[in-house]
Amino acid sequence: MDLEFGSEYDEFTKNVQDFCKKYSNAIITNANDKKFEMHDALSGNSNEKTGKVINRSEWQRLLIEKGYFARSIPKEYGGYGGEPDIIKSRIIANEFSKNKVPNAMGGQGIDMLVPTLLEWGTEEQKQKYIKSTLHGETIWCQGYSEPNAGSDLANLQTKGELIDGKWVINGQKIWTSTAQFSQMMFCLIRTEPDASKHAGISFILIPMDTPGIEIRPLVDMTLKAGFNEVFFDDVTVPEENLVAKRGEGWSVANSVLGHERGSLANPNATMNRLNTLINLMKEETIDGRRLIDVPSYRDRLLQVQGKVMAVQAHSLRLLSSKINPNQNVKLGGMIQKLVGTELRHELEGLAIDIMGELGTLYEDDPNVRDGGSWQFTYMYFLGLIIGGGTNQIQKNIISERGLGMPREPKVTVEV
Amino acid sequence: MYFGLSEEQEFFQDNVKKFLADNASIDEIRKIAIGEGQDLQSEIFQGIINLGINALLVPEKYGGLGVGLLHAVAISQALGNGVGPIPFSASYVMAPLAINLGGSEKQKEELLPKIVSNETRFGVGLSEFVGAREDAGLEIKNNKATGRALFVMDAENSDKIILATKAGVLFFIDSKDKNLIANGLTTVDKTRTFQELILDKVDCEILEESSKNIEVVKKVIDAGRIILAADTLGASESMIEKAIAYSKERKQFNRTIGSFQAVKHMCAEMAADLEPCYSLVWQAAHSFDVDSPFESRLLACQAKSHLSEIGKSVSKKATEVHGGMGFTDLLGLHYWFKRIGLNRQILGAPEIVREEAAEIQGFNQ
Ligand SMILES: Cc1cc2nc3c(=O)[nH]c(=O)nc-3n(C[C@H](O)[C@H](O)[C@H](O)COP(=O)(O)OP(=O)(O)OC[C@H]3O[C@@H](n4cnc5c(N)ncnc54)[C@H](O)[C@@H]3O)c2cc1C
Repeated sequence: MDLEFGSEYDEFTKNVQDFCKKYSNAIITNANDKKFEMHDALSGNSNEKTGKVINRSEWQRLLIEKGYFARSIPKEYGGYGGEPDIIKSRIIANEFSKNKVPNAMGGQGIDMLVPTLLEWGTEEQKQKYIKSTLHGETIWCQGYSEPNAGSDLANLQTKGELIDGKWVINGQKIWTSTAQFSQMMFCLIRTEPDASKHAGISFILIPMDTPGIEIRPLVDMTLKAGFNEVFFDDVTVPEENLVAKRGEGWSVANSVLGHERGSLANPNATMNRLNTLINLMKEETIDGRRLIDVPSYRDRLLQVQGKVMAVQAHSLRLLSSKINPNQNVKLGGMIQKLVGTELRHELEGLAIDIMGELGTLYEDDPNVRDGGSWQFTYMYFLGLIIGGGTNQIQKNIISERGLGMPREPKVTVEV
Repeated sequence: MYFGLSEEQEFFQDNVKKFLADNASIDEIRKIAIGEGQDLQSEIFQGIINLGINALLVPEKYGGLGVGLLHAVAISQALGNGVGPIPFSASYVMAPLAINLGGSEKQKEELLPKIVSNETRFGVGLSEFVGAREDAGLEIKNNKATGRALFVMDAENSDKIILATKAGVLFFIDSKDKNLIANGLTTVDKTRTFQELILDKVDCEILEESSKNIEVVKKVIDAGRIILAADTLGASESMIEKAIAYSKERKQFNRTIGSFQAVKHMCAEMAADLEPCYSLVWQAAHSFDVDSPFESRLLACQAKSHLSEIGKSVSKKATEVHGGMGFTDLLGLHYWFKRIGLNRQILGAPEIVREEAAEIQGFNQ
């Protein structure tokens, strides 16, 4: 066991720390942009907000320039162009978290589309899309799920035909997060109707202002997160918007699912939320007594803390397995989405419980605590328990691929 | 940077596992449990001693291996995994640490080499310092100890016993002292032994440093808690392995029960719960070894409490996966269930250690 990163990282760490001191508790403005309303609570950013005020796209650029974001993405695509170094990435994440520096923007474009294009995209596609995505200028949505293709995603039916060198797309997507704010969608489309279920799918990029696209917002339980139905009626996009080859869409999508599952429950964000909860319990009172002095509340806090400490320690083990390829933590990686989303939901729910009646307040109620972020995040994480491959599907994956248990027998008749 | 057990630690761990698999099968465990296996138990004990587990935490200066707590954690996992019916936590972790941290140079020179040569084996009883039940508790007057220690670990057949006063001063007595009454306790867990001791002016020797510094007894307890957490970790791991193996063999409705989603999901939940526990226990031990007192005490409390909770749920689910067979003595799964259950209660049950963790962090005014 050796938790030191080594003295060769001392100078790097010092530089990151100096930067962090300057931007501790910084306020990132979103020009009243609704899609960022709860960004801070979700990613565990500090709620103290006493530092410098910076505009979001400026913040993205500054982080890239310093190499604290998009670190290993080549310069010609708008990244910093550094050598991939997991330890440096970790130092950045740790110092940002410790010093309460707001995280860079994430989202499906940055977390999923960019790695997809880096792996599968043509040179032109990389040039065209990555830079503006990193700068927060192109927002992406993910068009995978359909009314009859949820957990059984490969059953998707939205159809694409290549006619006169153009893709003509017809069908419907559903649960498409942020579609109403997005400039682009990356989409799974059935282009090979005669091929088998999984081999008939292609990965296609669609500008959201293409004629024939209709977006119908769906109100979700938080009233704020916002996903949509997206309808395609003879939507026509150039042939070169295909990523990888025809029929390779399933492999393309699967190769980056890991990125999504890892990013859904970042342990540093969870630790920061725990610390915010501890402060809340020291400030709020019942009958004049601090909530943290109520033994049953305190015990529940400590139980959650134990779980948070376990996943934090676990993230160190996962990091170590990336640096030391001989270390096998396969099962340890598979459990992240299940454990992380359930834990966050529990933690946010505890904050509501201890606030009693106050815990029910929401939106712009004058007495609401922390801008309603506890209720929002509590509900949002229920969404993440369902989204990104439901936690039941995660258990199927863990038991079948992780523990080698037998697969479900195929049902051939409708039950 | 490397987070995990070293090759050497894994090698040692595998040796202990293999030894137990070869020499302490379920039939042998059962014999010991019903009191028909004294010879067998001494053989197993001797075999494990030959692997060197008694020398782990004794510094090289006194003839030991001088390795850290993480090494002992690796062994404790193996012992939990195979419900090793031998003394370990008290005799070979808490006792050498108590002497090394609390003893004078003279005491260390006298006592530590004898742990390595296996001439002296210690039991340890600190339950009264953690939280005294009934009227238990010990006092020292004129170098004589009087009182009652209710839950002394690894005391049966020991040579000496380390105890603590209510104020946390560590001292040791001779297990054969004529003013000492020792009653064996009947617990659910038959793989380890516990005694109640009643002392009436028993000759004792104080571990000197411990009377000046309360940190000594606290550190010994931290270590004990981490080791018990590791034992639960190993026992839970074994229960999951057994559940998965059974689920692939047993058939109902013309299919292996492991193909039923209810069974698969129980197994996935157990694995998902336990996987981060390795990391937590190892980090706690590492933090103890590099001596960062605040962090390591918090981690020790949280490792003990969290493993107690996860162990409880794993031992229940793994038993359920086995159906009626899980409930039988025939299969013997209950030895693991009970070992996990006992680990949960000693040196601070979950609520007690969590309250301590709160105190360390200054939560309760
Ligand atoms: C907040 C949120 C955001 C989302 N964002 C997007 C997005 O941006 N883009 C996008 O494409 N999709 C998105 N989704 C969709 C998401 O991927 C699907 O909701 C999810 O995959 C489940 O599909 P479904 O809703 O059709 O549920 P179903 O598949 O119908 O599942 C219903 C229930 O049945 C269970 N179930 C189904 N199959 C199995 C099985 N084999 N074994 C055990 N249980 C099973 C499920 O676990 C669940 O409990 C989002 C969803 C949410 C909640």
